[in-house]
Amino acid sequence: MAHSETVTAAGSNEPGWQGLVGDWSADKQTFQVPWGKAMMWIFLLSDTFIFTCFLTGYMNVRLSTPVPWPNPSEVFALQVFGVNVPLLLIGIMTFDLITSSGTMALAVNFGYRRDRGRAAALMFITAAFGAIFVGMQAFEWTKLIVEEGIRPWGNPMGASQFGAAFFMITGFHGLHVSAGVAYLTIVAMKVLRGDYEKKGYEIVEIAGLYWHFVDLVWVFIFAFFYLW
Amino acid sequence: MADAHATGQQHPLKIYFWIWGLLFLFSAASYGTDFLEHGYFRWALILLFMILKAGFIVAIFMHMAWERKALIFAILGPPIVLLVLIGLMAVEGDYTELTRLDFFSAPLAPAGHAEAD
Repeated sequence: MAHSETVTAAGSNEPGWQGLVGDWSADKQTFQVPWGKAMMWIFLLSDTFIFTCFLTGYMNVRLSTPVPWPNPSEVFALQVFGVNVPLLLIGIMTFDLITSSGTMALAVNFGYRRDRGRAAALMFITAAFGAIFVGMQAFEWTKLIVEEGIRPWGNPMGASQFGAAFFMITGFHGLHVSAGVAYLTIVAMKVLRGDYEKKGYEIVEIAGLYWHFVDLVWVFIFAFFYLW
Repeated sequence: MADAHATGQQHPLKIYFWIWGLLFLFSAASYGTDFLEHGYFRWALILLFMILKAGFIVAIFMHMAWERKALIFAILGPPIVLLVLIGLMAVEGDYTELTRLDFFSAPLAPAGHAEAD
């Protein structure tokens, strides 16, 4: 990719506000990053709108129902050695995703250092944590559907909108995690094979952006759906 | 850090380990809010830890802190309009609830109203 040449040829790289005006008005490439990275950011922006619409829809139905909302702290509690621990599985899932975000950040770093063995290994570890997350989610869904009788149209604990909001939001997020696991695995295999030795390792950072975004969405789901 | 892109986003490993640790801490703290009573204090803490976590992920792990303003504003600017949607839907949700209480439980005092949310 002749990206870095384009950027230097385009002229000044002033920092700060001058740079902001210059980047947008100088009749040249606006974002001085690889095009794949700019496109990933724009995709993530559109994804932000989708997830915000879901969460806003959930807020709206929860506010508008006169029936009490099921208490997530109790719905998602797990029995461990006879003790009821609230939100246990969700807590573990949160830590799992945070861990995978850290390994991904390290993978990006090793990619730019051209240490492709470590970069690929860390990406595989990240994907493995993602797969574990999806596994735990499958367990959670099974428990909710089979044992607790929660359906998108109703449930025994309270407001019937609970199931619809839950399955929609966590399902869409789980789909993102699954896609991320596949994406990371493919990129990691290509990194390991040395496909990016000439092009450079921006691809690891781009894949990383997607993965961090998935973690980011979970932060909001955890706060608004599970804790609120 | 304007020329960070010539070599890609390269930063010392130390900063990632620090942020990683902080994210664990904030995750533990936000899990801890589940043991508090429901109320403004709990909600404030949930929002605080959520914003701290999201901020550190975007700024450090996603490298937004080192990007040029052109990209920062293009990506972080547009979501501000979502606040309008959230505000409108919050008002609408409250209104719908009041309407439902009015229609469905007209003879009764709106008990259970406070517990509904």
